Amino acid sequence: MTELTNLTIAQIRDGFRAGDFSARDVAEGFNANVAAAKLLNAFIVETPDHALAAADAADKDRAAGTLKPLSGVPIGMKDLFATKGVQTTAASHILEGFVPEYESSVSQKLWDAGAGMLGKLNMDQFAMGSSNETSYFGNVISPWRRGGGDNAPLTPGGSSGGSAAAIAAHLCPGATGTDTGGSIRQPASFAGIAGIKPTYGRCSRWGIVAFASSLDQAGPMARDVQDCAILLENMAGFDPKDSTSLNMPVPQWEAGLSADLKGKRIGIPKEYRVDGMPAEIDALWEQGIAWLKDAGAEIVSVSLPHTKYALPAYYIVAPAEASSNLARYDGVRYGLRDLPDGAGLQDMYAATRAAGFGAEVKRRIMIGTYVLSAGFYDAYYTQAQKVRTLIARDFDAAWESCDLLLTPTAPSAAFALGEKSDDPLAMYLNDVFTVPTSLAGLPAMSVPGGLDAGGLPLGLQIIGKAFDEQGVLNAGLAIEQRAGFAARAEKWW
Amino acid sequence: MTETSYRIQGATGEWEVVIGLEVHAQVTSNAKLFSGAATAFGAEPNTQVSLVDAAMPGMLPVPNRECIRQAVRTGMAIEAQINKWSRFDRKNYFYADLPQGYQISQLYHPIVGEGALEIDADEKAGIPAPKTIGIERIHVEQDAGKLMHDQHPTMSYVDLNRSGVALMEIVSRPDMRSPAEAGAYLAKLRQILRYVGSCDGNMDQGSMRADVNVSVRKPGEEFGTRTETKNVNSVRFVMAVVESEARRQVDLIEDGGRVVQETRLYDPDKNVTRSMRSKEDAHDYRYFPDPDLLPLELDDAFLEECRASLPELPDAKRARYVNGLGVSAYNAAVLTADVETARWFEALLGEGVDGKQAANWVMSELFGALNRLGKDIAESPVSPEQAAGLLKLVADGTISGTIAKQVFEIMLETGGEAAAIVEEKGLKQTSDTGAIEAVIAEVLAKNPGQLEQYRGGKEALFGFFVGQTMKATQGKANPGVVNELLKKALAG
Repeated sequence: MTELTNLTIAQIRDGFRAGDFSARDVAEGFNANVAAAKLLNAFIVETPDHALAAADAADKDRAAGTLKPLSGVPIGMKDLFATKGVQTTAASHILEGFVPEYESSVSQKLWDAGAGMLGKLNMDQFAMGSSNETSYFGNVISPWRRGGGDNAPLTPGGSSGGSAAAIAAHLCPGATGTDTGGSIRQPASFAGIAGIKPTYGRCSRWGIVAFASSLDQAGPMARDVQDCAILLENMAGFDPKDSTSLNMPVPQWEAGLSADLKGKRIGIPKEYRVDGMPAEIDALWEQGIAWLKDAGAEIVSVSLPHTKYALPAYYIVAPAEASSNLARYDGVRYGLRDLPDGAGLQDMYAATRAAGFGAEVKRRIMIGTYVLSAGFYDAYYTQAQKVRTLIARDFDAAWESCDLLLTPTAPSAAFALGEKSDDPLAMYLNDVFTVPTSLAGLPAMSVPGGLDAGGLPLGLQIIGKAFDEQGVLNAGLAIEQRAGFAARAEKWW
Repeated sequence: MTETSYRIQGATGEWEVVIGLEVHAQVTSNAKLFSGAATAFGAEPNTQVSLVDAAMPGMLPVPNRECIRQAVRTGMAIEAQINKWSRFDRKNYFYADLPQGYQISQLYHPIVGEGALEIDADEKAGIPAPKTIGIERIHVEQDAGKLMHDQHPTMSYVDLNRSGVALMEIVSRPDMRSPAEAGAYLAKLRQILRYVGSCDGNMDQGSMRADVNVSVRKPGEEFGTRTETKNVNSVRFVMAVVESEARRQVDLIEDGGRVVQETRLYDPDKNVTRSMRSKEDAHDYRYFPDPDLLPLELDDAFLEECRASLPELPDAKRARYVNGLGVSAYNAAVLTADVETARWFEALLGEGVDGKQAANWVMSELFGALNRLGKDIAESPVSPEQAAGLLKLVADGTISGTIAKQVFEIMLETGGEAAAIVEEKGLKQTSDTGAIEAVIAEVLAKNPGQLEQYRGGKEALFGFFVGQTMKATQGKANPGVVNELLKKALAG
């Protein structure tokens, strides 16, 4: 029998249903992999008992004939999702030891669908970062290594780096991620897996620790497109507890999967050819175009003229919202409290937040506070909102001549840990291809396209119209089938 | 002369005071503005707090339709522009009673725009004619929690029961020119809120409080620099704040000083305002649109429902009482002043009694009794239906006004119905001329001296004979019949 931890979610689900193995066997297999992969530091908290309990329930349900959509499937949960009774930290010191008395809407949906939890996945602190180096609990190390004996530890990407690394290393078959400016897609690209950020509002934000409310969106990460479809179906849905939640039925994305792209027009935005991008990425992009043509699609050139303003606009809007969203971590009600002797309220705030937030979080709070302050608001925040509108219009205009867009996911393959951690701007450039979609609230996914010369995965990004996750998934499937990406990080941990 | 002549006498001449009020009114609603937690006054600390109110990680606000509805209805009651598109903004600042680290409010696009209300003329108070006070806007926002400093020697405690409760901030134009006008405006606003049912107006419980903006100027000159005195919680205190703050500013300017824009607090014990913080150390609130909330869009059906649900407002009601029912202007004003009184009186009218008779009775008999009992009209032991029963007996001549007073006393005590009491105690008025003539004959026989004087020309004694006759019939004789028969008998 194939090792159970090598199976995809669809294979686990179907094999379990067919009686090929028990849910407990699956959970034990992944629990063992998690326990044996401490070196990767992918999990902040391991919850083997949660996974086993769900597995036992699934085994009972199978016997009783009351199977649920994800019965038998254990997953990883990004530590940004509040999980009842299980520490939820957003990888921060300020929330260290915080155990919610509530369950996020998305995680609740997954448990209701029969899934079990293997643990809480490491991430960039408060989802702020592109390399996982801002986690208070130490960075995740990518299971991937460059070829040729270069053992420099690499980043799994961020902020959902724990999710990406755990899936690539087969510590879990799938995981939740969140994407504010690329936090699902960039790590998926770095780790050679698939990940989709749905249309803003598809997944409830209730119970997800907020970074930038107008951009934050949960989505699945998994080894392939079908698994993403399966997970997304069980994460999405209207939630009256989130005012920005979309009140629309959840399509049956898995059933709707089709790699036949006849009649589809794929736009290639010329502004995404940036200076200094490795030739391999350009080549992969060309390859992706060829694959989509092969799948029956028509390729058209489009222009998204305001693309170059997206990154600066994003790094105004996101920190502005974050500076306000993170004000609640004040040491008064929960989480860390640093109360020096004789300190007053203001001293407590200062000490608590100085000790509780990492450098990147502080940087963004300060940027956000600055751009919202009197005298600067119009020059920064108002201007950024205008740019945001223009970017959304760019996409609207593009949709007049195409149905989907194809771009690289990130401007490089995974870089070494420490390589960019002293240069925030270089780090922010990682998001250059993912941020415009976030600003426009559109669905987008990354699928593995191939390996670079160093043997590291590279991803292709498909961007769709609002609510057209199906189109995105289908184009992703077409690429996946033609790329035949089967590379796997060699186990060293 | 239609403007107030209120002036502050300074060493350099007369000064005019300019007043604007920002009134915070707690919206009457079972749940908070963005959470389902309860809003009852006086509950044990931290028992009415949801995860949202405590700003737990990942919690999101969801607007409560009823709070929005109440704000819209209030706007309609002051004939304001209702904005079909409005938006919530975050006002960012740190304080221990503010769990989110920001208050959700509406700075840029309030739900209610320009409106106005009219204060009544009050000669005695120096308001010679009715005056329209402009209202700039009404927006809705969250209340903060409460710090308790008296629970522990070194620590302060936080009670989040009020955290997230919906407030309407009603911002007037700087249109008031005297303490009396400020007081009248606040009283009128409170009256309207209570009629509409959007705020209970209980200032002593903090469900309504005013920030008082005061500046002074020489008449005709530009506005002076204003100060804002926060959280003033009665009509009387608002008037006192205006008076003392205006006086302070005049003295300051005349002594060569300069008024600084600042926030002040009122100390009712000493009747002075004190500086709280100046503009220099004012917060930069970093307002920006709340990204957790979509813009608020009101559809026509919602607005129609709001409008249809508005009650008759005090000014309209008063006019109807005077013009339609013949109630005196004074009585109409008193009967409409308070919504509970108006409701009681409306119920009484609904029983089909004569308006004027009913108004007189409520003003004298009912108010007198309630006053004696120390009860509000809402706690009246006699219901409007019961009172109508009593008034009808008077109107159809079954009992006299005098007997009615007796019956009413019994009703207050026993809660019984007027007709049953009259029946049981045999208090029915009699118009039986034979019986009355017999009594009159007896009265005249008993009082020969008075009879002689009367017949000698002292006609004022007629009342004496009426009184004696009524007394002898225990008040049951029909006074009209008594008058007629007495006149005949006395004429001899």
